[in-house]
Amino acid sequence: MAQHQVNYASTAGLPIALTTVDHLVNWGRSNSLWPLTYGLACCAIEMMASGASRYDFDRMGTIFRASPRQADVMILAGTLSKKHAEFARRLYDQMTEPKWVISMGSCANTGGMFNTYATVQGVDRIVPVDIYLPGCAPRPETLQYAMMMLQKKIRRESANMKKNTKQNLRLV
Amino acid sequence: MRKYTPKDNVQAKSYYTDRFWVAPRVPRAAIEAGTHFAEVLEAMKAYAKESYIEIGTLVIHIDAKENFEAIKTLKETCGYTQCSEQSAVDYLAQDGEFELFYQFLNVKEAKRVRIVCRIKEGEAIESIVPLFNSANFAEREMFDMFGIKVNNHPFLKRILMPDDWEGHPLLKTYPLHGDEFASWYEVDKIFGKEYRDIIGPENRDPARIDRYDTKRFSRVGYEVPFGEDITEGETEKPVEYSETLLVDYNKKSGKQLDHRK
Repeated sequence: MAQHQVNYASTAGLPIALTTVDHLVNWGRSNSLWPLTYGLACCAIEMMASGASRYDFDRMGTIFRASPRQADVMILAGTLSKKHAEFARRLYDQMTEPKWVISMGSCANTGGMFNTYATVQGVDRIVPVDIYLPGCAPRPETLQYAMMMLQKKIRRESANMKKNTKQNLRLV
Repeated sequence: MRKYTPKDNVQAKSYYTDRFWVAPRVPRAAIEAGTHFAEVLEAMKAYAKESYIEIGTLVIHIDAKENFEAIKTLKETCGYTQCSEQSAVDYLAQDGEFELFYQFLNVKEAKRVRIVCRIKEGEAIESIVPLFNSANFAEREMFDMFGIKVNNHPFLKRILMPDDWEGHPLLKTYPLHGDEFASWYEVDKIFGKEYRDIIGPENRDPARIDRYDTKRFSRVGYEVPFGEDITEGETEKPVEYSETLLVDYNKKSGKQLDHRK
């Protein structure tokens, strides 16, 4: 968690907090991760449960947005069929930078049990993935943990996204 | 003597077929006089080639050219007002034909009838959408999955697969993992064919471990930096454990109480 309280003892009693730009920007980014309201299959039910009051994503600053223009995170929750891959990629393209992707569940990670002609064998074939979340379907706690790991990752990143190695690996 | 087939790889294969396996058949019962089905058969006698009862369902084989008239008779004179299912079975390998079936329900009598007909590959069937709207999507699905064309269908278009898909997936000749077109479909569509080399072929074995992939795998005791090329082999690094794990509890460092005070 980024330090956001002023420590008066360390700054000679002045209401000043010294930090780096990276730290400040990443503090903001990681604590207001807005995922796209976008479910593909049964994992989306767990994602909805994570967002609802019992597990409560809101307390982490994670609020689902209905528009890709306002979203930072794409949670690919469920089986991605080949017919739909095009639209998933289009939604990803419509999201503004910086953006991150969580691949939720076995089907999104590897195609899972759908080892067939009609299923994308891992969503990393079409979008760059930050967090692979195992499970079938992962419980809401697991998705919360994935979100916290993503926050952790963002805090270690540079605020200048061009410097991050993942950006260099990104497809297109 | 039955030829021995090695079975050590059976689990690794995605499916295993026994050459001597014969699909079990449901017993067929004759239609008794005086029952509701006897009346149905009487009304359908101009079309019925063969008929019997399978698990309480009357099965009538008809000629594929007469399907519309036969089903119209079934609906209007016998009271079968619901078409619950319509599809086909691929018998191309053994008979060179498709078997089409229509299932109907009579709500008043609580009885079901299945109309079965056979068509050759490349032949079309008459649509029954003017009689049953529920056949609309069923006939589209049959076209999508088997490539059977339906004459006079209001909107014959693929229903499950994308419009630009090649091949009909429920044909027995269609591979389970898809043909080349299917395996590159999303890559071709999103990035273009030139990205096939960058993205690489599909991994159909999720448990596969790539020995030389240092981006996703690492060997304990042989760790290398992320993404390093190790095709020439990597040097062994002794595993270093934390000192807290290497406490020798045999050492008599602590005070041992031999006798109770």
